Amino acid sequence: MTTAPSELESPEVDEAIELSPPWVTIVWNDPVNLMDYVTFVFQTYFGYSKSKAEKLMMQVHQDGKSAVSSGNREAMERDVEAMHSYGLWATCEKS
Amino acid sequence: MTRFRKRKKTVIVSFAEHEADILANLLRNLVELLYDGMPPRVSESSDPLAALLDNDGPTSPPEDVVLQRLLPDAYKADDQAAGEFRRFTERGLRDSKASDARRVLAALEESPEDGIPLEADDQLAWLRALNDLRLAIGTRLDIKEEDDYSVWEKLPDDDPRRLTYDLYDWLGYLQSALLHNIR
Repeated sequence: MTTAPSELESPEVDEAIELSPPWVTIVWNDPVNLMDYVTFVFQTYFGYSKSKAEKLMMQVHQDGKSAVSSGNREAMERDVEAMHSYGLWATCEKS
Repeated sequence: MTRFRKRKKTVIVSFAEHEADILANLLRNLVELLYDGMPPRVSESSDPLAALLDNDGPTSPPEDVVLQRLLPDAYKADDQAAGEFRRFTERGLRDSKASDARRVLAALEESPEDGIPLEADDQLAWLRALNDLRLAIGTRLDIKEEDDYSVWEKLPDDDPRRLTYDLYDWLGYLQSALLHNIR
């Protein structure tokens, strides 16, 4: 004989652990910076291919802005700081 | 006449004397502007930990429009986050910009007969310093995205902005030519 298993309480489920949403670095269009220079910065700092760097540069130029990198907030703040050191106008925000 | 040439990965730039003088003057002004109105670091003498953390910077944007462009907010819609970021990073950004400018200045002062040799890390410092000068002058001239460049190109000789625009244009040429030689 076995005793009936006591009813298991349904396990308490923590609120789903949310992965913190990724952040993005936005580069904004600027009337001064040369297109070649912006492309060069994307290649040099992010290590992007020439075609990817050019695509992002054109996005900045035509759409007024482009998300050039994504990741956690600390990483995005580092990227923004680097963009400022190159003279690009950049901000970070939640994606 | 400014000339660029290349020896393997080294870019060699030579300036006419008056050109080197003009560039040096602009760079000295930039360094001065970068430290304009900045109180000395409080942490330098008193608190070594604070100096290490370097968190004694300002929390609001500079008043000068050129400095606002050189040291922009890192957050667009969150003043508090922008202020915090500035507090931790603005001094460092001023220092790194000034250090690029001083590096170019030192090279100009040395200016060997056969041109200034620029290795990879010099090239980056030069590109950034030239860009900061363009940002500074472009902001002072109030150049806008929607501007018709032919209007700037055709400013009459007696327009007070003429000389400044010519400098801006020349700096753009220098930066392009340097980039062209790097790639």
